[in-house]
Amino acid sequence: MSLRDFGPNELMFLLLATRWTILLALIAFAGGGLVGLMVAAIRVAPARPLRWLAAGYIQFFMGTPILIQLFMAYYGSSFLGYRPDPWVAAAVTFSLNGGAFFGEIFRGAIEAIPKGQWEASTALGFRFVRTLRLVIIPQAVRLMLPPTVGFMVQIVKTTSIASLIGLTELARAATQVNTVTFQPVMVFGTVSLIYFALCWPLSLYAGYLERRFATGMTRRTETPLVMSAV
Amino acid sequence: MQTALQFGPILVHLDLLLRGLEKSIQLAALSILFGTAIGVLGAVGRSFGPRFLSWPIAAYVEMIRNTPLLIQLYFVFFSLPLFGFKLSSNTAAVVALSIHLGAYATEILRAGIEAIPEGQIEAAKSLGLSRYRIIRHVVLVPAARAVYPSLSAQFILQIMGTSIVGAIAAEELTAVANNLVMQTFRSFEVYIVIAIIYFVLVQAASLFFAGIGKLMFRWKV
Repeated sequence: MSLRDFGPNELMFLLLATRWTILLALIAFAGGGLVGLMVAAIRVAPARPLRWLAAGYIQFFMGTPILIQLFMAYYGSSFLGYRPDPWVAAAVTFSLNGGAFFGEIFRGAIEAIPKGQWEASTALGFRFVRTLRLVIIPQAVRLMLPPTVGFMVQIVKTTSIASLIGLTELARAATQVNTVTFQPVMVFGTVSLIYFALCWPLSLYAGYLERRFATGMTRRTETPLVMSAV
Repeated sequence: MQTALQFGPILVHLDLLLRGLEKSIQLAALSILFGTAIGVLGAVGRSFGPRFLSWPIAAYVEMIRNTPLLIQLYFVFFSLPLFGFKLSSNTAAVVALSIHLGAYATEILRAGIEAIPEGQIEAAKSLGLSRYRIIRHVVLVPAARAVYPSLSAQFILQIMGTSIVGAIAAEELTAVANNLVMQTFRSFEVYIVIAIIYFVLVQAASLFFAGIGKLMFRWKV
């Protein structure tokens, strides 16, 4: 019935395609992290119009499906007269979209830092960006870490939709192999396991960080003096 | 630059877009209903069920939460017919989306159940409430109330998740959009319109879920 059977060659094809999924996830993580840092900074900036701008940005990227954003980037580039390239479209979309989510994660962490830290920095003559860079963010990193790792899982899974604009990563490789072997249980089962192998360690690590951080928090509230001693 | 943006050729097909929107809402609504039902069963099964049920439920939750929805969709769509279930693409989409949401709902509701103080359950036992009534009234409803914000956030994600079922040729909004692109060749404009529709849908859904929450959980704690 089928053209070929699912064998070692097909498995190898899938594993090689996993490279592109990982690369895409890394690009999305780096790009999204950078954009997110800027979005978070603008979101807590002193100038109100800037804050609104960042809020609108977040609203758009969180309030529409990422697939539509991807299509807009892909087909929008042809509208602007460029040759649409799936890699560029995917990298741009995932960075901008991830930026919105990271922006919210980072903002949450930044806003959890006591106001007194800002006031102390102002008293020391620090402006906004230096306060953020030297005082607030170093303290907020501990709070950011667990949800950031958790969102990495989301990023790895989301890269699969790049297959829908023709980027050959794991999900697209899977449909290709399925088309020639027609052994969907085998093909998509294998691919699920590959995604699982990528995501599960990250999930576990995020959970571990969350628990570790939670104990850190309780200890600190129990003995507040430790804070001032450091 | 090509030419200016032209929305005219798209808005002519407003009826198609609305039909797609209706399909999207239908997919979302059905899968939210079934997914939440799976979530309730899964969470109760994990917390109160027999031990042999506990780890299959945990495996289901972890497997779904660590693989992409798109792959789950393909799996259901291509595999079920081999086992004798002839599904339309829309049915396959509902099945996959429900299984997907079910895992997240299980995890969210379980967190709520675990946050119920043991003393509440003991108090209910000493009052002579049956096991069913304890699970339903003392555990499940307060737990659902506590985690309702996360649950409704997950529902919103589910609505946006329906956009990818176009990949198996179900006829929801994104699939309609792709057809319109082929008809009008105005791809960028089509996706702008679709983005606006989704945006409005998501905002409306947030309001709707907030309203439902207020209606369902009216009593004071």
